[in-house]
Amino acid sequence: MELPDEPTADIALTLNGEAIRARVPLRQNLVDWLRHGAGLTGSHVGCEHGVCGACHVQVDGVVVRGCLMLAVQADGAAVETIEGATSSGRIRALQDAFFNRAALQCGFCTPGMLLQAAELLERNPDPSRAEIREALSGNYCRCTGYHAIVDAVQAAAASLRA
Amino acid sequence: MKPARFDYARPETLSDALAILADGGAEASVLAGGQSLMPMLNLRMARPGMLVDINRIPGLDAIALADGVLSIGARARHAEVLASPLVRQAAPLLAQALHHVAHPAIRNRGTLGGSLALADPAAEMPACVTCLGATIVLASASGKRRVAAEKFFLGVYATAIEPGELILHVEIPAIRPGWTHAFQEVSRRHGDYAMAGLALALRRDGSRVAEARIALCGVESATRRQAEAEAALVSGGVGAACQMLGGLDAMGGDEVTAAHRIHLARVLLRRAVGTED
Ligand code: FES
Ligand code: FES
Repeated sequence: MELPDEPTADIALTLNGEAIRARVPLRQNLVDWLRHGAGLTGSHVGCEHGVCGACHVQVDGVVVRGCLMLAVQADGAAVETIEGATSSGRIRALQDAFFNRAALQCGFCTPGMLLQAAELLERNPDPSRAEIREALSGNYCRCTGYHAIVDAVQAAAASLRA
Repeated sequence: MKPARFDYARPETLSDALAILADGGAEASVLAGGQSLMPMLNLRMARPGMLVDINRIPGLDAIALADGVLSIGARARHAEVLASPLVRQAAPLLAQALHHVAHPAIRNRGTLGGSLALADPAAEMPACVTCLGATIVLASASGKRRVAAEKFFLGVYATAIEPGELILHVEIPAIRPGWTHAFQEVSRRHGDYAMAGLALALRRDGSRVAEARIALCGVESATRRQAEAEAALVSGGVGAACQMLGGLDAMGGDEVTAAHRIHLARVLLRRAVGTED
């Protein structure tokens, strides 16, 4: 997408705990820059218009749609992707529960699901099934079905409380 | 798809933003939370010449309660409004309705002002501020202007905002003793667009409804006070009010017919009158 005369801007941000600088096309979405500019392909691109939740990343401590933010808007922000959340161990209990409960098949939706579920459990350590469904209502899964995913979030919540 | 090219400005002060908007005219679009604008850019349904990003301007997200008026900055995120104890205390209607606004990740970024400025007929916030008799405070390079919510929403994606204007904040009269609020909605899935939604503020005298304010979303093309239904609710009860809703100028559509929307509005009014808190 980067044409020779493409207007760009310089950004400085913290990405998965590391201070970095980059030059980004003005019109590039955050998730596209993360994948193609920063080489972090764990965030996925499904719909590109805010419907599916595959592109979730954390910006300044809250989960956002990576396709509904420009990369240039991440200037000065702290961004954490699924790669950072994995290596810090912050979502370990959820990842174990997703594995044990077979809460993924192709895995396309999984990074977005995990980040959103982690935000829920931080706010509410003992969510009901209805609360889990409400929290994940903006994350589409096209193969597993939601039952196992809700099971996994409940199991992770129980293991974190234990 | 990817957005078409645009110029991008990120002013650090309100006066800079207003100067840029004054120069940019109709070519400039305000970028706040971006939860509606960014999809339209990605799909190239919108191709503004310039984006004016207001996310760096200090103070535009303040929430305050003073002298019986709840003031919410235009850039307050839905999640911040939902979590605010001041909002829960002074405008419980907003807190109830915000549970229906999209999904957590969208609420983390989307703003109250953005929702009002877009004026999607299915959106909850326009109906809520109309029901509560809010005032929308606008600024431009030539000064400030106040517009009553009842005069602000003009049609599908149409508002009283003039080119060069920006919403600064919204002033909502705090709930008074004896009043209760209720918000009800039907959508296909949680967080989807409303097939119909209803905002209600009520004052009861014993078991009798003494005063009522009603506004709908997802039914008519612009939200408004439902004065006829309000009067009928006070004089004749919920049955009479439901009858008045038969006169709604409901939107049609392949998936949800006008008759279905009117049916849902009646169901929601009955629920709201029974469940307000
Ligand atoms: S790719 Fe962002 S929500 Fe679908
Ligand atoms: S596991 Fe395939 S989309 Fe969810």
